[in-house]
Amino acid sequence: MSDALLEVTGLRKSYGDKVVLSGIDLTVAPHDVICLIGASGSGKSTLLRCLNLLEDIDDGVIEFEGSEISDPRVDRRAVRSRMGMVFQAYNLFPHRTVLDNCTLAPRRVHGVPKAEAEARARDLLGQFGLADQADKHPDRMSGGQQQRAALVRALCTRPTLLLLDEITAALDPELVGEVLTIVRELAEQGTTMILATHEMSFARDIATSVCFLDQGRILEQGRPAEIFSNPREERTRQFLARVLG
Amino acid sequence: MSTPVDDWVPSAREVERRGLRRERSRRDLAVATVAAVVVIGGLVVGLVLSPGWPTVRASFLSWPDAKASFHAVITGFLKYNVTGFLIAEPFILAIGVLVAVTRGTVSAAMFPLRVLAIVYTDVFRGLPTYLVIILFGFALPGLQLQGVPKNTFWLGLVALVLCYGAYVAEVFRAGIESIHPSQIASADTLGLTRGQAMRHVVLPQATRRVMPPLLNDFISLQKDTALLGTIFIFDGLFAAQDYAAYAFNYTPITMVGAMFLCLTVPLTRFTDWVGRRAMRRQFAGSR
Repeated sequence: MSDALLEVTGLRKSYGDKVVLSGIDLTVAPHDVICLIGASGSGKSTLLRCLNLLEDIDDGVIEFEGSEISDPRVDRRAVRSRMGMVFQAYNLFPHRTVLDNCTLAPRRVHGVPKAEAEARARDLLGQFGLADQADKHPDRMSGGQQQRAALVRALCTRPTLLLLDEITAALDPELVGEVLTIVRELAEQGTTMILATHEMSFARDIATSVCFLDQGRILEQGRPAEIFSNPREERTRQFLARVLG
Repeated sequence: MSTPVDDWVPSAREVERRGLRRERSRRDLAVATVAAVVVIGGLVVGLVLSPGWPTVRASFLSWPDAKASFHAVITGFLKYNVTGFLIAEPFILAIGVLVAVTRGTVSAAMFPLRVLAIVYTDVFRGLPTYLVIILFGFALPGLQLQGVPKNTFWLGLVALVLCYGAYVAEVFRAGIESIHPSQIASADTLGLTRGQAMRHVVLPQATRRVMPPLLNDFISLQKDTALLGTIFIFDGLFAAQDYAAYAFNYTPITMVGAMFLCLTVPLTRFTDWVGRRAMRRQFAGSR
């Protein structure tokens, strides 16, 4: 067994006749920050959903912390309790306060006592500038605040791997910064992350590795410097020319 | 993104995985079958072995009595229970929606109607349906007002419609209030009037959401058509009781029970199916 945290080999996913992902190989070592880039519909989100077992895969193997999680007999909840995921649309629970959103899983899934869970959540909320928002309901907050709260909610269970699915795509430009700052801090603290993103300059700054997805395949993977300044593939070049203007 | 040429063959691991999934679904099926046989079998055995079973069977499951009373029971069932339900339901839905929407209005001019809607739901939801049917069936014709029909079936039906309209109005109100205000805001920004927003945006979503409780009330109404027997309408249940009182045998009661089930169970399955289909359409691809 290698020391990789996550190892994907030959992953394939299709919906009926439509092949969404094929031949995906990906290795994630601890403290890696992997950025998935590519056009809409290239399979970035589906890949993240497959990794979190939200979707059943059609072929290939996913190994997480040294054991195969793509096995049908695996306890999905146990896997997910070690992996955090944040969605584009925040998906906070609107009927609970931010603090309750953040303490739900630690208390109910991980059995953390209420006081400890709340202390931990308040600490993280404070770190991300949300100390005064803890007792509010999500609908009363700005998009950027909601997305930061969603990040805190994912972090409260202390996952070993964080999956971020275009978490700034629904935010307006001023608010994108505040969310990315947090992700940057997390990267600097050594959090292992896989993120699908359209923020190219951000990917260039924080990624340890960038994957360019095209038509359900990882067409090219490499260090951000290589991908952004000297892409091997013509398609990558075209894509970057389009998004970087 | 489909790849045009695809020469994929499942890997050995995938084939093994499919085998595992198949094996698991086979095992689930076996467990479900065994559990069903044990539970249902146990209930049947318990029933048949109970000390009074022969007596109960003779008075509730007698074939000659079933044959003798069938005609009267099915006639009453179709003529009053089924027909009454079919006639009442559209009116109940209309009243339910109108009252719920009226309660949700904000304009000052609608104030008297809002009060009326509130009083209506409070009164008719608060009274036993049985009592309202007696009032409508006996007291109303007793007033000898001109234009009030003397036919107790219609009077009883009006009573049912008013009672159930109040329940259904509350169901719709819950549905309407569950729709996020942002939906009304976005209808406002498109220039829709409040009425249009209600009709084209809020109500369709609310209706889908309240389908299960609405069905609850439908089925409840289907059964409560039997209350018409209190004002001497010869519906299925009243006809069955009539036979029972005459022949000292309760088999027609069992029979009319089966008739109600034949109607309500498929109705439940159908509405479940409609609801699931709507869900699939709306939430396709997202979980």
